[in-house]
Amino acid sequence: MNEAVRKISENLWDGRQELEVLTFDIAGEMFALEAVSVQEILDLLPETMVPGAKAFVGSVINFRGKVIPLADIRLAFGMEATKPTIDSRIIVISINIEGEPVLAGIRTDKVHEVTTLLRAAGEPPPSVGMRWRPDFIDCLVKRGAEFIILPNLQVIFSAQHDHSATGASHG
Amino acid sequence: MSFPDPIAVFRTEAAELLEQIEAGLLDLNVNLGDKDQVDAVFRGLHTLKGSGAMFGFDALAAFTHHCETAFDRVRKGEVPATQELVTAVLEAKDHMRALVDTPNGNHEATGEALLTSLRAAVDGAKNPGAASPAKAAPGQNHFKIRFSLPQSAMANGTNPLPLLDELRELGECTIVADRSAIPALDLLAPTDLYISWEVELLTTQPRSAIDDVFIFVMDEMQLEVITVEAPAAAAKTPTKTETLVAEARPGAAAPFAAPQAAAPAPIAPAPIDAKQKKASENVRVPAEKLDELMDRVGELVIAQSRLSQLAGGSGDLQLRAVSEDVERLSGELRDTMMVLRMVPVTQLFGRFRRLVHDLAHETGKTIELVTEGESTEVDKSVIERLADPLVHLVRNSCDHGLETPEERLAAGKSAAGHILLSARQQAGEVIITIKDDGRGINKERVRAKAESSGLIAPNANLTDQELYQLIFQPGFSTAQAVTNLSGRGVGMDVVKRTIDALRGTINVASHPGKGSEISLAIPLTLAIIDGLLVRVGDGRYVIPLSAVEECLELSIEEDMRSRGRSFISLRDSLVPFLRLRDLFRTGTKPDPFQKVVVISTGSERVGLVVDQIIGDHQTVIKGMSKLHHDVATFSGATILGDGDVALILDVGHLVAEGQQQEAHLRAAG
Repeated sequence: MNEAVRKISENLWDGRQELEVLTFDIAGEMFALEAVSVQEILDLLPETMVPGAKAFVGSVINFRGKVIPLADIRLAFGMEATKPTIDSRIIVISINIEGEPVLAGIRTDKVHEVTTLLRAAGEPPPSVGMRWRPDFIDCLVKRGAEFIILPNLQVIFSAQHDHSATGASHG
Repeated sequence: MSFPDPIAVFRTEAAELLEQIEAGLLDLNVNLGDKDQVDAVFRGLHTLKGSGAMFGFDALAAFTHHCETAFDRVRKGEVPATQELVTAVLEAKDHMRALVDTPNGNHEATGEALLTSLRAAVDGAKNPGAASPAKAAPGQNHFKIRFSLPQSAMANGTNPLPLLDELRELGECTIVADRSAIPALDLLAPTDLYISWEVELLTTQPRSAIDDVFIFVMDEMQLEVITVEAPAAAAKTPTKTETLVAEARPGAAAPFAAPQAAAPAPIAPAPIDAKQKKASENVRVPAEKLDELMDRVGELVIAQSRLSQLAGGSGDLQLRAVSEDVERLSGELRDTMMVLRMVPVTQLFGRFRRLVHDLAHETGKTIELVTEGESTEVDKSVIERLADPLVHLVRNSCDHGLETPEERLAAGKSAAGHILLSARQQAGEVIITIKDDGRGINKERVRAKAESSGLIAPNANLTDQELYQLIFQPGFSTAQAVTNLSGRGVGMDVVKRTIDALRGTINVASHPGKGSEISLAIPLTLAIIDGLLVRVGDGRYVIPLSAVEECLELSIEEDMRSRGRSFISLRDSLVPFLRLRDLFRTGTKPDPFQKVVVISTGSERVGLVVDQIIGDHQTVIKGMSKLHHDVATFSGATILGDGDVALILDVGHLVAEGQQQEAHLRAAG
């Protein structure tokens, strides 16, 4: 894989050297999402299962009178399910799907803080030696001894969206 | 508060006016003697011209002026209304629309051509007695015109120069300005108008043309028109001297001396006033604001049902009383809100009269369009999205469904083809039917085409309905062969896609030689519906109450007996049922007494087996997220009184699924 392809994806950094993000844990890994896309952080809410929907967005929640899907990033990354704890939260984000902003909740195990990440510390996802789909990750940012994963939600959601479109028939 | 762009407001208004004008013209086409329609068209043109000029659409105003003039003459009985005139003005109307949409476009050539045909239509319609003055030189009228505008005219935005230009356009013109009223410099207010004019005009136009020039300032001005030595040939113009003193404001300058009898008021101000008054009673609201309001009402209904629950659980009588009041009020508010969003389909059907009129011209067929159930009300957003598919369907019926008059007569039918466009409400859906009495769909040709394009296997066993549905396949339509046979080609996949997007269904029926009928069943998609709340496993679901026929208990014997076949007998007819527990894979133990909710769309019924029927529930429909668009079982979601989300079942989809299951079982058994 040549170096040009393994550059940090520009659609996230957009020429900026710093990025304000919200960090959170899912299944023992630390993730971060750009803070401006985060609408709200909620305690766990009663979920309503949507029979027939993809497991990735298998339920909906009531977010201030709006019905929004609740996504489980663990399933996209093939991670183990963890039991809800006292620290579990739902992060409500707004993402663009097919040109339209869509609200969705993301189930997390723990929300840490809003912090600033430096582009200089960022690395593109390694093309080998990773069990996750590389296009699901925008970049990895090193902080201390650990990596923070910046997931590419647009790709993740669109992938689920497309898959589900073809496998729609059930029952 | 945001202020809408005045140009955009004008465009909306103009679009409505043009629609009114068109409707009037089409009515007039049917009944040429209808004086009311002539007046209506004239008023529409007049208003369009006026507001066009006001918003700077000068080309539009100038062009419309000519049509208005033509209609003014019809109105005054100078020329009769003819088919040619109506057609010419209809075409002119399209040009006006273009002028509204792209005021700076290059429209001159088209405009001129249209005006020529308009003139021809008017002149051709003239009584032979009154020779066209354009041809006869002695037919020239000689007018002396004196006019003055109020002093404040310029400050109010009237520019006298275009008026003079318009007079010049009428014919040979000598204009003299009367400057006698201009005061000394120190008394002169630069924005005031002190000049009056004297004009000698040699024109082929009648007297009324002069009035038309001043039509917008008529109410405030002094206008005196003297006909000089009227030639005998122009018998139509009154020979006596006329004066017109129309004084709207008592404070205006002293009127000119009125030498002789006053002319009959050329422009009746009354209907215009009435029209303006009517307009002021309506408020134009952008659709998004209505949607916003709808959302708020939705939230209120949810909050109210929570309040009701709380009040119901407490012994506080006062709280209960208040809660009941709030319930009543929010119910009324909801009803009012729903009415606001609903529009009768008249609006939608109206535009097809023009389409059919034009198509009849193009194809040389005689086509009568009959509309039914125009008062059926549908959500505005649905109406807008229905327009396109209906255009395709009507066009297909006209183009391909109906035969030429000769063919029809040969087939023993009336020469005129009929198209029936009807709308009716049925069980939470609106059914729109397009029916023609043409030649019908040629099944063999459709089959042949489908086989040759590989859509179906050769000699595949298809029902008629399945066969007809093939015409909605993309690509099927554009093929030459199908367009040529029974038609039903162009854009049918557009129809299918739009109706699918509205979660509606299409039903096709056809009788060879007798005609075909296409029905579109569209859910009303109201933002709020009454629903039946049921429980399946741990989940609660809402079934639209309008689709519910009855609820009954699934007795244990029936339950056991139906294990294999999933049918229940209901008053001697077999109704297939779906076990929602299985469909939703709840994985919980079924309740001992299962209930069946029988739902229907039209004639087709299906039973849904649920664990518990909780009761009826006012449901605010929230759309499903984009991420859930693949889930066909649900048409939306709603928020219950306790804040939980319940999903709304898509009745059409479930019924179709039930019917499918029935078909499979029939085939198997």
